[in-house]
Amino acid sequence: KENFDSIPDLEFNPIRGKIVHAFFDKRNLRQESDGLVDEINFEDFLTIMSYFRPIEMNMDEEQLDRFRKEKLKFLFHMYDSDHDGKITLQEYRNVVEELLSGNPHLEKESARSIADGAMLEAASICVGQMGPDQVYEGITFDDFLKMWQGIDIETKMHVRFLNMETIAHCY
Amino acid sequence: LDYQHVQVPFEITLWIMLASLAKIGFHLYNKLPSVVPESCLLIFVGLIMGGIIYGLNDKSPPVMDSDIFFLYLLPPIVLDAGYFMPSRPFFENIGTILLYAVVGTIWNVFGIGFSLYGICQVKAFHLQDVSLLHNLLFGSLIAAVDPVAVLAVFEEIHVNEKLHILVFGESLLNDAVTVVLYKLFRSFCEMPAIKSMDVFAGVGKFFVVGLGGVLVGLTFGMTAAFTTRFTKDIRVIEPLFVFLYSYLSYLTAEMFHLSGIVAIIVCAMGMKRYVEANISLKSHTTVKYFMKMWSSVSDTLIFIFLGVSTIGENHEWNWPYICFTVIFCLIWRALGVLVLTFFVNRFHVNTITSKDQFIIAYGGLRGAICFSLVFLLPDFHRKKLFIAATTVVILFTVFVQGMTIRPLVDLLAVKRKRESAPTVGEQIHIRFLDHLLAGIEDISGHWGQYYWKDKLEYFNSKYLQKILLREYDQPKSSIVLLYEKLERKHAIELAEAGQLGHAPSHPSLLNNDRTVITDKKLEDALNPDVLENIQEILARNLYRIRRTGPAYNRHTLPGETEPAEHAKEILILRHKSL
Repeated sequence: KENFDSIPDLEFNPIRGKIVHAFFDKRNLRQESDGLVDEINFEDFLTIMSYFRPIEMNMDEEQLDRFRKEKLKFLFHMYDSDHDGKITLQEYRNVVEELLSGNPHLEKESARSIADGAMLEAASICVGQMGPDQVYEGITFDDFLKMWQGIDIETKMHVRFLNMETIAHCY
Repeated sequence: LDYQHVQVPFEITLWIMLASLAKIGFHLYNKLPSVVPESCLLIFVGLIMGGIIYGLNDKSPPVMDSDIFFLYLLPPIVLDAGYFMPSRPFFENIGTILLYAVVGTIWNVFGIGFSLYGICQVKAFHLQDVSLLHNLLFGSLIAAVDPVAVLAVFEEIHVNEKLHILVFGESLLNDAVTVVLYKLFRSFCEMPAIKSMDVFAGVGKFFVVGLGGVLVGLTFGMTAAFTTRFTKDIRVIEPLFVFLYSYLSYLTAEMFHLSGIVAIIVCAMGMKRYVEANISLKSHTTVKYFMKMWSSVSDTLIFIFLGVSTIGENHEWNWPYICFTVIFCLIWRALGVLVLTFFVNRFHVNTITSKDQFIIAYGGLRGAICFSLVFLLPDFHRKKLFIAATTVVILFTVFVQGMTIRPLVDLLAVKRKRESAPTVGEQIHIRFLDHLLAGIEDISGHWGQYYWKDKLEYFNSKYLQKILLREYDQPKSSIVLLYEKLERKHAIELAEAGQLGHAPSHPSLLNNDRTVITDKKLEDALNPDVLENIQEILARNLYRIRRTGPAYNRHTLPGETEPAEHAKEILILRHKSL
């Protein structure tokens, strides 16, 4: 993992912790168990990179949908750091704090209220009306899917590599 | 009666008054703007006015002076367009836009020029004396898509953001090409012989014009941002700086024969970020309002003058030439879009569908720029023919294409603009995605789009912000005050409507929120006033909040209805969950 820290440009990225973490996350590496591995080999590296495959022209609806779900699952794992399948308020706050950590002027209070506001919006999208004693535990993957409906992630989340042959090896 | 003394300002004011009254007139009758675009109606009014003047004076009405157009009427519109341009979609599609603007325009110019020359060769049309050079010159001024006309038509049809930005961006950036080609062919007309060196000089000139315009714009933009850093004590003249610097950049670029439109757009886009952070809220509103007002007036005046100038004895009718001009404009544009899109789609995942292509081709409207350029032509014996042809093309594109584009968009079921309010969560996610992709690009060593964006942000935060922004003080108070005022107003409205069972007090609303989210104790309870503040904070952290409302609407400002709507929405949402 230390090798990742030595990449110079990554230093300025506020969510680098999460990105590096994602490489070692067993769920992303399609392994059965939970938790983190210590090292990854080249094949594992490619497996992670394959999440960023651009879509092809001749995909049909079902394939596109599967693609989209895969990419969103990758993102979901990045948000959900304790691997319990739900994004709780604390985890969301964590994400927002990291995102906004670049600006030294911002107080923690504001970051937390932003996260709270976003959580409220998520609640209203996913659950609609709730009674006064109901508790909203966290964002499940289905809710996550709903939230991302407006954003066309298939076309945004990809990196175009100059040499495409290595990607083909993953599948 | 001392009319001579006040004649000039009096007449100008009367024209502006006529324009504004005409605008009120259209909007009184609600159904009209949806069927007939405003630009058509304005030209119609202009035609009537021209007819009246012609009838009264029995000579040609005053033709729109090209100087007035280029120096006074065009800059406000372009400034408005540049200032309110959504920079994110613009830069995401900049490759495509540049391709269309540069290569597409050149393709159109040469295509139209050569085919018209071919037509001139036919003996039956009596057009032998129009040389190739003249045809190319004509091609260069008629080929360019006009931003004013495009803006006027597209703002009413609300197509999806990408399509809008493609057509619109192209119409703005093709000015550089148009300027170069027009001046080039014009100087060729006057030169006795043309050497190949001159052609190469022309190509080089294009780069100079384009890049020079960008540089001029950037210089003035940064200077403007820097100036506003010191305006804390004299808030009243802050809006003036925005306008002065932008106009200066336009004039400077024109002075050096660079592209003024590119300069003013770059200036506006560059300074927007920093100026908005530096100037007060009231100055900000003033800037917005004045910009919209000026561009609205300019727009109206241009179309009316277009109508007025059509009447008169300036024309020489040669039916074959004119008809073929119109036909060739359409054909070459369609071909150009097809070929270019074919290339673009090979490199991009996000393809431009054939429906979009059709709209891009069909949306290539010509407008007042062509008209002014044709009047600037040196006087040669075929000038009136060109004027007639230009007028017909403009009227055709504005009336026929302008009126039919809306039914076509509906018919083809082109993807429309997403009408949803911006949510905080969405912004967080998009920003997260940006950083993620930048990180992945860093890891893989790939210099992609996100890599450069990230680098620019870093450069910005480290150097530019320190120089150009005033010290980041927390002006929470005015925002929170405004928000509280709005919330109170809506709470009172709801109470009057009898919906709230108990007194509309903030604490009771907040108490219920706590149970909605989690049962953990939240000290900083979810404050409705903070939500607006949140958006402000996110914006101040340079996370642009995308306004998905119609950004270029002449009649409302972006974001004008939003805070109020947002407040209402949140209140209602919260109320439902009670």
